[in-house]
Amino acid sequence: MSDGTATATVADRSERSGTRFDIDWVRRNGVFVALGLLLLANVFLTENFVSTGTLRLQLVQVAPVVIVALGMALVIGTEGIDLSVGAVMALAAALIPLYVGYGSVGAIAIGLVAGVVVGLIAGVLVGVVGVQPIVATLGLMVAIRGVANLFGGEIKSIREPGLVSLGTGDVAGVPYVVVIAAVVSLVVWLVVRRSTYGRQLVAIGGNKLAARLAGLPVRRVLVTTYVVSGLLAAMAGILLAARSQASDPTKLGQLMELSAITAVVIGGTPLSGGQVRILGTIAGALLMQLITATLIFHDIPDSTAQIVQAVIVIGAVYVQLGRGKARRS
Amino acid sequence: MTQHSSAAPAAAVGVGDPVLQTVGVTKSFGGVHALKGVDFELRAGEIHTLVGENGAGKSTLIKVLTGVYTPDGGEVRYAGETVHFRRPSDAQHVGISTIYQEVNLVPLLSVARNIFLGREPRRFGLIDVGAMNRRARELMAELGIDIDVTAELGRLGLGAQQMVALARAMSVDSRVVIMDEPTSSLESAEVDTLFRVARGLRDRGVGLVFVSHRLDELWELCDRVTILRDGEWVHTGPMTEMTRLDLVAKMLGRDIEEVRAEGATEFGSSHLQGGEPALLVSGLEVANRLHGVDLTVRPGEVVGLAGLLGSGRSETVKAVYGALKARSGEVTVAGRKVRTGSVRGALASGIALLSEDRKAEGIVPDLSVRDNIALAVLPRMSRAGVVSEARIDALVDTFMKRLRIKASSPDQKVRELSGGNQQKVLIARWLATEPTVFLLDEPTRGIDVGAKAEVQGLIDELAEQGLAVVLISSEMDELVEGADRIVVLHDGHVQAELDSTDLSSSELLAALAGDRETDSQTSTQAEGQHA
Repeated sequence: MSDGTATATVADRSERSGTRFDIDWVRRNGVFVALGLLLLANVFLTENFVSTGTLRLQLVQVAPVVIVALGMALVIGTEGIDLSVGAVMALAAALIPLYVGYGSVGAIAIGLVAGVVVGLIAGVLVGVVGVQPIVATLGLMVAIRGVANLFGGEIKSIREPGLVSLGTGDVAGVPYVVVIAAVVSLVVWLVVRRSTYGRQLVAIGGNKLAARLAGLPVRRVLVTTYVVSGLLAAMAGILLAARSQASDPTKLGQLMELSAITAVVIGGTPLSGGQVRILGTIAGALLMQLITATLIFHDIPDSTAQIVQAVIVIGAVYVQLGRGKARRS
Repeated sequence: MTQHSSAAPAAAVGVGDPVLQTVGVTKSFGGVHALKGVDFELRAGEIHTLVGENGAGKSTLIKVLTGVYTPDGGEVRYAGETVHFRRPSDAQHVGISTIYQEVNLVPLLSVARNIFLGREPRRFGLIDVGAMNRRARELMAELGIDIDVTAELGRLGLGAQQMVALARAMSVDSRVVIMDEPTSSLESAEVDTLFRVARGLRDRGVGLVFVSHRLDELWELCDRVTILRDGEWVHTGPMTEMTRLDLVAKMLGRDIEEVRAEGATEFGSSHLQGGEPALLVSGLEVANRLHGVDLTVRPGEVVGLAGLLGSGRSETVKAVYGALKARSGEVTVAGRKVRTGSVRGALASGIALLSEDRKAEGIVPDLSVRDNIALAVLPRMSRAGVVSEARIDALVDTFMKRLRIKASSPDQKVRELSGGNQQKVLIARWLATEPTVFLLDEPTRGIDVGAKAEVQGLIDELAEQGLAVVLISSEMDELVEGADRIVVLHDGHVQAELDSTDLSSSELLAALAGDRETDSQTSTQAEGQHA
């Protein structure tokens, strides 16, 4: 480090943020613009894009990602991360065929409780014991995937009519899965904006020490947040299993933690915490879905789609860092 | 000095000649004109102070001088020639060093490595540790600093780290050294060393720019002063021709008469109300820090907590507030016992703490002014877990008006405010909790003169309304004028208790220095903590 960096790191915040207005705008709204442009491009360039079938399929596919990403957005808002979500999805899905004897409602409840329990463990490790989020949830990611395999064994099919209709049915043409994702989005949005918990979460992510000194229930908020993330992941896992009418504990939810983090990050939520952007997160999930779909429509192989996604993630993080640097200076 | 001469051509500048100048420099950000044609001249062999309130353009000017900002108009001249610094390293190359309050070195490396970072003496392509340490030791000896150069920098105190930064500046053979608030975190002995080093540099023909909120230091150290106000040049002249009153008047742009009428601080007379103590602390102990502190504060009373760095002032208020674990001791508020070791318990009992470190422990930078004010009272502003926006709006509106918080709107992010306004936001946060006891740890540190006066006036007003206040301040004036009684801490216990009605700064100084004879003369209620 040279004195040069030293000079650049002490600065008048207000003066700096003015000069960084543009990148800040991109960070906040880029995802919406990109989503709009890509939609428009598809309308003109992709055959049969504007059809109920296509749109429906896209929404059904993105719904579980949105649900998991919302929980992830809350966790990232506390300056944490939850890598266990994919494994939790698998665990919840693996429990469904085992307990389907209690009826669909009973089985679903057991799956959700499993998600809550994993979230509770993560929350206690992070919030009370003080383990770093990435370490705690990485451990859980491996352990819970193991537990899911232990319970689930091989692929099991799901035939229970209640669950099948949850996965494939619709209300007024809108699939249940999509309706559920929309309702969850609305609830999380309201919680972040209007609830005491949501306000405290954002403050804790923004400055944990100050929040503690202001008497905020830091532990309780952290534990709650991981519990919510676990619950939402379990919900997504159950919906995914119901839709595919099968539960495969080794495959289900794999790399979902990355998709969720990606949606949150390109949606403009900084990894450094202190902000939760719900609409951005939803748009981020939609954007990634649409990119993959667009490439598939045009017969571009899946591997290419993954590379494109990676480029976008790095771009999004770069935009955030550009702003982060300005903020810290 | 070391043999490292800077790479840039250095035209000869005699002592007394201008070494660094700005001519009609302008700079604006968005629509805000931070500098409106400022002329500034630093001569070789002088210590020149730059003063002005926050927003006067001080820090912008320094950033122009050090290459962080490029000016929109006007020019910067170095050794008589026009220069265009595009980045901080350009300024460094010609020999301009900058020292900040926050030390920007590498904490995990040794002191010697930090001094020679990027210019390490090498042998066979590797760092010659022996030579490096030897030269670092020579340099430290020359500066009269007693620091182990092989120690990890991060393990040293902040003051020592600052000395290392200064040593680094010296080792690069600077012609200009710019010191921005270097003393704000130093102990007085360290300040003395810093000043000695600064004078040494001046005598060698270096030009120094010195910025400090502590006005006394300016007369002690500086030769000339340049005053800025609202981005404009106001005055340049010798320090000796300037009284304290002149300086403040020029800075604030007020009449001298008006300033004089207000006194040196905004504190009025005592508002002590009788009755039961609002805060009673007895036998407070914190491992290695406090060894049995007793403290009594009555409603309407301002008790000053004085002591040198490390005496346990901040630790006392933090332990009372539950932010620091107390080993033993009892805290009662209005006769009721407070659960110790719990911030939430303390808050519920009516204790509030404005902590010393505004940035790390106070503001949530990315949240709005509004959310920062309401932070500690969210549960009270909610019903069934849902926040009532209307109640928060009413609360925020009241406090923004009452404390005259200057923000474009309640939704402006708090990090965009000036230090003084951030401090007011925090005071509002604590007042919103309706405390009985308000612990203020350095409430006026690092804020401009205008805001300082307002905060002092506010403390007075709060006491008048019956609040029990504990005031920690490193500024003697503030304690002597602001407090009804001063408790002097030394090494984790109460050294003396002084009645401030007829107390002078020098008497307080004696007590702080631990001069027991003076204590017994000045103190009416000195507690025999010392055997």
